Amino acid sequence: MALKLHGIVGSPPAFRAMAALFEKDLDFEFVPVDFATGEQKTPRFLALNPFGQVPVFEDGDFKLFESRAITKYAAEAYANKGTDLVFKDPKKSAIQTVWMEVEGQKFDPTSSKLTWELFFKPIFGLTADEAVVTEFEEKLGNVLDVYEQRLTECKYLGGDRFTLADLHHLPNMHILMGTKVRSLFDVRPHVSAWASDILSRPAWTKVASLLRK
Amino acid sequence: MAIKLYGAAGSTATLQVQACLAEKDLHYEFVSINMSYKEHKTPEFLSRNPFGQVPAFEDGDLKLFESRAITQYLAHTYADKGNDVIIKDPKKMAIVAVWIEVESQKFDPACSKLVWELGYKPMFGMTSDDVVVEENEKKLEQVLDVYESRLSQSKYLGGDSFTLADLHHLPVIKYLMGTKAKRLFEARPHVSAWVADIQSRPAWVKAITT
Repeated sequence: MALKLHGIVGSPPAFRAMAALFEKDLDFEFVPVDFATGEQKTPRFLALNPFGQVPVFEDGDFKLFESRAITKYAAEAYANKGTDLVFKDPKKSAIQTVWMEVEGQKFDPTSSKLTWELFFKPIFGLTADEAVVTEFEEKLGNVLDVYEQRLTECKYLGGDRFTLADLHHLPNMHILMGTKVRSLFDVRPHVSAWASDILSRPAWTKVASLLRK
Repeated sequence: MAIKLYGAAGSTATLQVQACLAEKDLHYEFVSINMSYKEHKTPEFLSRNPFGQVPAFEDGDLKLFESRAITQYLAHTYADKGNDVIIKDPKKMAIVAVWIEVESQKFDPACSKLVWELGYKPMFGMTSDDVVVEENEKKLEQVLDVYESRLSQSKYLGGDSFTLADLHHLPVIKYLMGTKAKRLFEARPHVSAWVADIQSRPAWVKAITT
């Protein structure tokens, strides 16, 4: 198969890329990477991603890494397939890019600290650091206050329809909705409605169903 | 003037945009935001950037924030002006996008604590924390090892021409090259040559001297 996505089930960046590929209705082969045996550190894998991380995307002999570069490529190279995930109009595109940066620079670092403490640590038999949780709940709350205001002015973060600016949030948001941090989303009505809306998209439901296998 | 940049001297994010404006040969009005008077937290400024950070930007009636969104807007909108900082071919541009993400997701987080400890703290008469410095220098070294390998195969990070993937590094490199962290760059020949090359660009020199 021409399109391949190397990843591990449950990896938020891998799921971010996968969500975009499903939205674009693309057929691809999912290639699991065996972290248990250190496959990500082998020369063969490092040739695909020199940082030894997932996901990696292959389209024929064209290879990409960094989930947000992969989603952008899928959105633009397959513009006429599946869901439109970008704006073509330059001004709308610029505003969409602002909110993609907000996810990458603000939402992701704070939410990732919380997914690590509250979701991944328990899986590895480690205890959450409550001081870190409290600190980052406050930081995430501040980010979501801005989102609440934005979403009163605009149906989706990047503009009037669903785009990568929303999609990039899905993996971490999905995880946090299964933890006590969901209260930060629930207590902000526009954020809550937006979260429910995007988490219920068929393409994301398809990604999330892989967690139950 | 149609293009206005709201920023602060010493802000690396503001300088990323100034570097790009210089490469694109664009005239703009610089509006200085006085952070010590908390001007970045006024309702007026928050209407430009709801996170209360510099830079904020306007081009006519279009208002933007987040430095890397502003540079990408400038690169695409003013594609025919000044120097090219993107690549037209979609597959080549996708590779540039990979390395734009690497700067944003790996280089910048590894450096931001070092810039604070080694760059800003001394300026404010504070002492740097050696434990934090050592921990973050290790992180930066891991990133620079990947850069060394990449730059032995590719003249610039994003490909064979200078692009935003390189430009976004300039402000942080400027600070770190004035500190002991410079040895991490100088120890890696391809990284060192790349640093010297991009720092000598006339547009960059103009951006930091005007």
